[in-house]
Amino acid sequence: MASATADPIGESSLPIRKRPKLVQWALIAVLGLVVAAGAFSVVNNENFGWPIVFEYFTSPRILSGLVRTLHLTALSMAIGIVLGVILALMHMSRNRFVQSIAWAYIWFFRGTPVFVQLLFWGSISALYPKLILGLPFGGPAWLEMSANDLITPYIAAVLGLGLNEAAYMAEIVRAGIKSVDRGQSEAATALGMPDGLTTRRVVLPQAMRVIIPPTGNQLIGMLKTSSLVAVLAYPELLYSAQLIYAVNYQTIPLLITASLWYLLITSVLSVGQYYLERHFGRSEARSSLEAR
Amino acid sequence: MREKTTEPLVRIRGVHKSFGSLEVLKGIDLDVDQGEVCVLLGRSGSGKSTLLRCINHLEGLNDGEIHVGGERIGYERRRDHLLPMTSRQAARQRQNIGMVFQRFNLFAHRTVLENVMEAPIYVAKRPRKEVKREALELLERVGLADKPAAYPAMLSGGQQQRVAIARALAMHPALMLFDEPTSALDPELVGEVLTVIQDLARSGMTMIVVTHEISFAREVADTAVFMDGGLVVEKGPPSEILSDPSDPRTRTFLSRVLKETA
Ligand SMILES: Nc1ncnc2c1ncn2[C@@H]1O[C@H](COP(=O)(O)OP(=O)(O)OP(=O)(O)O)[C@@H](O)[C@H]1O
Ligand SMILES: [Mg+2]
Repeated sequence: MASATADPIGESSLPIRKRPKLVQWALIAVLGLVVAAGAFSVVNNENFGWPIVFEYFTSPRILSGLVRTLHLTALSMAIGIVLGVILALMHMSRNRFVQSIAWAYIWFFRGTPVFVQLLFWGSISALYPKLILGLPFGGPAWLEMSANDLITPYIAAVLGLGLNEAAYMAEIVRAGIKSVDRGQSEAATALGMPDGLTTRRVVLPQAMRVIIPPTGNQLIGMLKTSSLVAVLAYPELLYSAQLIYAVNYQTIPLLITASLWYLLITSVLSVGQYYLERHFGRSEARSSLEAR
Repeated sequence: MREKTTEPLVRIRGVHKSFGSLEVLKGIDLDVDQGEVCVLLGRSGSGKSTLLRCINHLEGLNDGEIHVGGERIGYERRRDHLLPMTSRQAARQRQNIGMVFQRFNLFAHRTVLENVMEAPIYVAKRPRKEVKREALELLERVGLADKPAAYPAMLSGGQQQRVAIARALAMHPALMLFDEPTSALDPELVGEVLTVIQDLARSGMTMIVVTHEISFAREVADTAVFMDGGLVVEKGPPSEILSDPSDPRTRTFLSRVLKETA
């Protein structure tokens, strides 16, 4: 390099300054302006109807809708996790037939929109007007019920969300189990542990580190996806808001009310997820720090 | 020499094992007496690990039979045929056979003490207090009395392997299987693990040890078995097999191993 000879080393010690970042500052200024303008319009545009938003924010109908949303989310997620673990174990079974049942389940439920699945569950009575408990292929029936009585919008919502979630959880759990070194279950087996105990005490706890983060994402996703059951006329948070604005025509403010609640709950869940991840990542961080 | 009073603890007869079309064990016969230390030698791929894994039924057999302590391993006898055991029955048999792996395989999410206590509590269903006392004694015996609360990843390979030995011993096995227990260790850590195994041998434990440590074999083993191509090629006291092998394959193997370790 030519300039290198013109810049001799060690003649005097020069201080190091920061290089001015003019372009960066200009961009930040523009961005700040846009944000300020947006915020100004949001606050001052009367069509947002902020007084109405806050009037309904804690109204009994919205709150009971919120409780139903939380309930639905928790229950569907629980079904998804339990069934997902079972499907994951089936998928990894040595029996081809068992494997392919799990495969087909996941294939079907991941391959069709959950919205369509919900609609199906909602109109199951058109497919099977009567649900019969008994022997198959026209054997004796012990219990007979009208599908409309059994599959209420609530049941349809839980089935639709939970069964769909199981397919996704199965893949998450499977990835978690596969992340555990085979030597772990081998050592457990060699100690005389039966298969179930090995899975429960050795494999699953170690799979948790891989399973927890995406499961947190699924939970947050489920909270929002549960709004789809509005289509079944089950009065969870969104449908409660819809019922209100169907009468008073304050569509935008009530949608904002519902959105603020979704935002609030997902924020709380994200914080919870952060601590959960930190907890389960801990033994790993600790061990990699102190290893050797 | 020990006198032979009872029948052998381990009896292996005509064991064949294939993976798909690859026949790995081609008719193994081997007896190991109560209290005997048997060293398995042979080059890579000769089937040593597979044989060990058949002895505690981590692998099923294609033919032949294995008895440990007079009990048929992995199969139940019907009038004119054998049936594979249920996985629960096989698990019960494994409680009696300890195994130590090349790569330690300690439970990574449990402390040293929990690793040792896991099987006695959850498999043998023994009272926690008694198990804990004994686990601490075992850790002392392998020289790790100061590490009960450490997680495996905090330990050196040699320390992990000693915990793995303590974990296996906690089930009071009648037989211990070692699959290259020092092969994954840095050279300076090999000694501490071999010392523990040697102590165990002195205490009268019956052991089958796959190893490439010729000097260890010479010092500790009662019997050296040389395997090649899925067959036992040579078997005898280590002084004979290791110093004056009659089979050319044993000679080639030994000269290669001794050159490597020299
Ligand atoms: N589960 C398996 N599936 C297919 N092939 C296998 C399996 N386990 C072992 N083998 C094959 O069987 C042969 C013998 O393997 P084995 O591990 O018993 O040899 P080894 O004597 O222990 O060798 P090493 O000294 O390398 O450990 C090898 O060719 C190996 O690839
Ligand atoms: Mg091997």
